[in-house]
Amino acid sequence: MADPMKIRATVSGDVCDIKVLMSHPMETGQRKDSDGKIVPAHFIQTFTIAVNGKTVVDGGCGPSVSRNPVFGFKAKGPKAGDKVTVTWTDNLGDKRSDEATVA
Amino acid sequence: MKQAIARFAAALALAALLPQLADAKTPPAKTPPAKAAAAPEEKDAATAEFEKFRAILEEDNPAELFEAKGEDLWKQKRGPNNVSLERCDLGLGAGVVKGAYVQTPRYFADADQVMDIERRIAWCMEKLQGFKRADLVKKPFSTDDYTPDLVSLVTYVASESRGLPVAIPQRHPKEVAAYKIGREIFQYRAGPYDFSCATCHGEDGKRIRMQQLPNLLEKRDAMRAYAGWPGYRMTGGLMHTLQWRMNDCFRQQRFPEPGYLSDAVTDLLTYLGANANGNIYKGPGIKR
Repeated sequence: MADPMKIRATVSGDVCDIKVLMSHPMETGQRKDSDGKIVPAHFIQTFTIAVNGKTVVDGGCGPSVSRNPVFGFKAKGPKAGDKVTVTWTDNLGDKRSDEATVA
Repeated sequence: MKQAIARFAAALALAALLPQLADAKTPPAKTPPAKAAAAPEEKDAATAEFEKFRAILEEDNPAELFEAKGEDLWKQKRGPNNVSLERCDLGLGAGVVKGAYVQTPRYFADADQVMDIERRIAWCMEKLQGFKRADLVKKPFSTDDYTPDLVSLVTYVASESRGLPVAIPQRHPKEVAAYKIGREIFQYRAGPYDFSCATCHGEDGKRIRMQQLPNLLEKRDAMRAYAGWPGYRMTGGLMHTLQWRMNDCFRQQRFPEPGYLSDAVTDLLTYLGANANGNIYKGPGIKR
């Protein structure tokens, strides 16, 4: 199981600013280790962000994204107290889902 | 005959080359003054861009992931003795984490030694949790696929000093001695390059490639340098502590690398840290 994410969601006006920090090695599959062997690819392929169970972001990402990536989104509608759920799936089928409350 | 032709051809080739050589030589002779005049401005623009870049990065620092991991490690029952580190005395009483980072290195009576935070946590892991020192120092620094527990623990403890002023004590005679030895080490020239720390960090405006080097003899730079650690490095995405920073500086000077958690590193950190006293610590940093 991967390490937890850090999620921050804050409302200002009618726009909610959602920031997600994911903990993931994001290996490209191009790198070699000190023995010259290729480090197998291991990266997040898809992720979703849901507010109170309703998907607001359905995204994809690939091996060009950095290790421990940060994503930021703006959404209209969410209010303080709403639940933000972020879920990612990587190319090895590993999954992680974390929740935060809009502030 | 063949030889003569070859010689002639060679002469021709040379003749053809010569004017180019002469051309290539002349412009550099003219440019230096112009370049020197343009350099400060160029550098300021580059610095400004770097500052912008850093400001954006600081908003979302992956160091937070290591803070969280370190907090878990701190509270978990671990090691052969199966206890947590919550009884560990970081200088402010058993289990007090808040403010501990900005007040180390300091003298610890139970160990009769001045210790920096990393050394102290390692001491607690050894004495309280029963870990073996040899295991703790075997692979002390972060690599692509491995972050030592100590690095996460230091990051967590450091984050608990966010917003507090750096106040490294200089009361106990051993703390004063550590500062003095640290100052000596900072100025000590040796190694194949005959470098000291001060060679790169004792003057304003020095840099390695595009990386500006702090002048650690100046309070302002000493404060800024100390504030950035522990730091998450974008290159490679690794979390590093001051123990690593000291080690890597010595490696770059081609010195023999100092022992991990050794007296020498603690002394150097006492010197650098006490020079940064009074600065408000903003928590774990982020590096290029």
